[in-house]
Amino acid sequence: MRYLPHTSEEIASMLEAVGVDDLDSLFSTVPEECRFSADLDLPESLTEWDLNAHMQALANKMAVSPEYKVFMGAGSYEHFVPASVSYLLGRSEFVTSYTPYQPEMSQGTLQAIYEYQTLTARLLGMEIATASHYDGATALAESLLIAIRVTKRKRVAVSSLIHPLYRRVVHTYFEPTGYEVVELGYLENGVTDLTDLDNVEDLAGVAVQSPNFFGCIENFQAVGEKAHDRQALFVASFTEALSYGLLKSPGSQGADIACGEGQSMGIPQTFGGPALGMLASRKKYMRSLPGRLVGQTKDLDGKRGFVLTLATREQHIRREKATSNICTNNSLCALAAAMYMASVGGTGIRELARLNHDKAEYLKKELKSAGLAITFDSPTFNEFVVEFPTGFQTTHERLLEKKIVAGLPLAPYYPELANHYLLCVTETRSKEDMDAFVREVTS
Amino acid sequence: MKEFLGTNGLILNEPLLWEKGKKGRSGFSLPRRDVESSPLGQGLTCEGPDLPDLSEIDVVRHYTRLSQWNFGVDTGMYPLGSCTMKYSPKTNEKQANLPGFAGAHPLLPAALSQGVLRMMFELQQYLAEITGMDATTLQPAAGAHGELAGMLLMYAFHKSRGERRSKIIVPDTAHGTNPASAALCGYSPVPVKSNDQGILSVETIAEVMDENTAGIMVTNPNTLGLYEENIHKIAEIVHAKGGIVYCDGANMNAVMGVTRMGEIGVDIIHLNLHKTFSTPHGGGGPGSGPVCVKKELEPFLPVPCVMEENGIYGLSEDFPESVGRMQAFHGNVGVMIKAYSYIRSMGPKNLKKASQLAVLNANYIKERLKGTLHLAYDRPCMHECVFSDENQTAHKIATIDMAKRLMDYGFHPPTVYFPLVVHGSIMIEPTETESKEDIDQFIEAFKAIANEAGRDPDLLRDAPQRCKVRRLDETTAARKPCLAG
Repeated sequence: MRYLPHTSEEIASMLEAVGVDDLDSLFSTVPEECRFSADLDLPESLTEWDLNAHMQALANKMAVSPEYKVFMGAGSYEHFVPASVSYLLGRSEFVTSYTPYQPEMSQGTLQAIYEYQTLTARLLGMEIATASHYDGATALAESLLIAIRVTKRKRVAVSSLIHPLYRRVVHTYFEPTGYEVVELGYLENGVTDLTDLDNVEDLAGVAVQSPNFFGCIENFQAVGEKAHDRQALFVASFTEALSYGLLKSPGSQGADIACGEGQSMGIPQTFGGPALGMLASRKKYMRSLPGRLVGQTKDLDGKRGFVLTLATREQHIRREKATSNICTNNSLCALAAAMYMASVGGTGIRELARLNHDKAEYLKKELKSAGLAITFDSPTFNEFVVEFPTGFQTTHERLLEKKIVAGLPLAPYYPELANHYLLCVTETRSKEDMDAFVREVTS
Repeated sequence: MKEFLGTNGLILNEPLLWEKGKKGRSGFSLPRRDVESSPLGQGLTCEGPDLPDLSEIDVVRHYTRLSQWNFGVDTGMYPLGSCTMKYSPKTNEKQANLPGFAGAHPLLPAALSQGVLRMMFELQQYLAEITGMDATTLQPAAGAHGELAGMLLMYAFHKSRGERRSKIIVPDTAHGTNPASAALCGYSPVPVKSNDQGILSVETIAEVMDENTAGIMVTNPNTLGLYEENIHKIAEIVHAKGGIVYCDGANMNAVMGVTRMGEIGVDIIHLNLHKTFSTPHGGGGPGSGPVCVKKELEPFLPVPCVMEENGIYGLSEDFPESVGRMQAFHGNVGVMIKAYSYIRSMGPKNLKKASQLAVLNANYIKERLKGTLHLAYDRPCMHECVFSDENQTAHKIATIDMAKRLMDYGFHPPTVYFPLVVHGSIMIEPTETESKEDIDQFIEAFKAIANEAGRDPDLLRDAPQRCKVRRLDETTAARKPCLAG
């Protein structure tokens, strides 16, 4: 086996140095009743070329671009990733290193994550950002727990237009804690209804997503004011980080914490993971943040360097009193995002975001002209909800055969929205793709 | 003097991203604009975030230079105890990058994602087979996330029986994340000490286990690198009081094909695909922390689970007692593909051999270094061995100094000051993928450093000298935090 370098002579000499006769004897401390005497029932080893064939065969059974035209976002977006980003991300000094516990030997990762924290904070209009979390959903759950820690209150209000799967993760995290999650309904124009907020007692935080699950842009300013009136934290959630290339940032509209998914920033979709949980906040919540943080410092010669810092929040020191049980970030995904943001740049990200918006508007307009109803009239970014005629499900299935994925049916998540579909258009969909789509759904 | 790996070489300085570039540069090929511009309501847009504008070559040089300040397994030996820094095979990266996988949307209909679903289903089965358990969830994103899933499972199990237990037993040799994960589920950890052999005694557990204790979180092999010889009897005690045995499987690399946790009383185990199953650590993630359980805990597994019926694969949410979702989609699929490729490349015999050789390498280091460094527990170890700085304190040299000096010799230091049960601990996990020459060089380097400690201790105190930076001021970093530029 090419991953196991020892020759049999080397094994023999090492066994001799250890003072045992054979490999089995190394396990003398494993009691007899704990030994597994059979062979593991697993497939026999594959050669490298057999593995290639096997994996390619599996990959061939997947519906992906460019063969398929996928008009679906809902938390996972098809964006173009420059070759330079994928190439740099493959540098094995980044890929095969561990969490940078030994900073002198890990300055590459540390500076890169410090830069990621900075670019993320700037994108979201916040003062600081963490070194990243698992995904947008876990970042939201952790953010709501911050609100509870900071305010010492026990109830959070969460918009029903936050990604339904994110809300389920929040419920998973909250179930054993005794803290309560109250859901806020939505208005006819597809944005969160804040009126119920007035009736929520012991309110620690209010979470609203923008663009929300229907693609509509929320009035963050209003949410922030309402939350602050109640001395609660405003947690701004998002699934499409690219939108802040064009839209006002959460921080500029009063968010105390901004958290969400950064997959759009150069990370392949890969069936949903690994992803990138972005979490940024105002500086005053720094010591309540969960997860890793990289800080700038100096070495003995006064030279600039970077270290993991504020470890007193963390579990290996605080144990059960830690701000979280997280002991890693999604470092390589954060690195991809930093590389992507650096490549696109401040000028580029605005143009790219604009293009996403304009393409989605084009499709929206064409569908309208074809007589279909755009359900919510609030402004949207690169996703929107359309109502198809009853029985569209058959068309949806027929289109799959034509290699078009005509959006996400909303009924499983919002039973009141039968025949409603969430469509997404990014810079990767051409006008021709969209024209063909309109022809197909209306034929 | 013998030539060691560490040497001086040219690396380049590189400023922060925003200290370079010029407004108007771009490193991105913006797609063609084939639609008209469409106005967006007043007051919704911004001027664009304050990101630097860089050319493609600016970005490429920036990250190439940064990467050269880093040390990875591909650079050299990385014997971090409890982290299993084994070689990450390159073919696994290639498989995960196949467009069919990398381009897959998570909400595709099952009929259009059979390839990845089959991979996930088979991986669930492989992991259950390796651990001797009945079912697997691939949802958790990392080891600590798997621990949290394990605690949620324990909580849901007791709740289904109308119980709310408040305590959990956590040995002093458990991973630091364990008590934090337990606390998230409202359990207060009951710490227990290991005995003079470095393992748990049956009596210690019998004393603390009661009907208000949800179970035990045990790491086996434990963080001293020792097999918990009494695990079977401990499990019986815990089970007799209605408790659950949770095993932190971070150290699974020692025992594949040797012992199966499901057969020795463990009810829940989390695995780290980024440790035992060779997926790269990526400078601190993404990992993947699947959880395997016995039959009685299966109804509580996170959703969705991958199911198979007549050769057709699908995601099932039909688990009414499930603890819920652990992350938005289906887990870190990209990491799973790499672990799956590893298991398929290794096959059952090589997996067992990997564990045997990992244990051989650790025992070899233990035997050859025990005259030089103080060995905390002089008994056969599993895949890692724990020393301390006791022999060097006379020279006023501490573990940290030896660790930093190892860098100058071209090695990543071992895990230091963990586990906490050994003062000044040095925890070495070589893994099976290190060659004998590299292991011998590492041993020689440590001996040379121990020698320097007596002869010229300042060499150690001033170390490292050959890295990009010298020792960093971590105190000021924490006192006056600067987290963004």
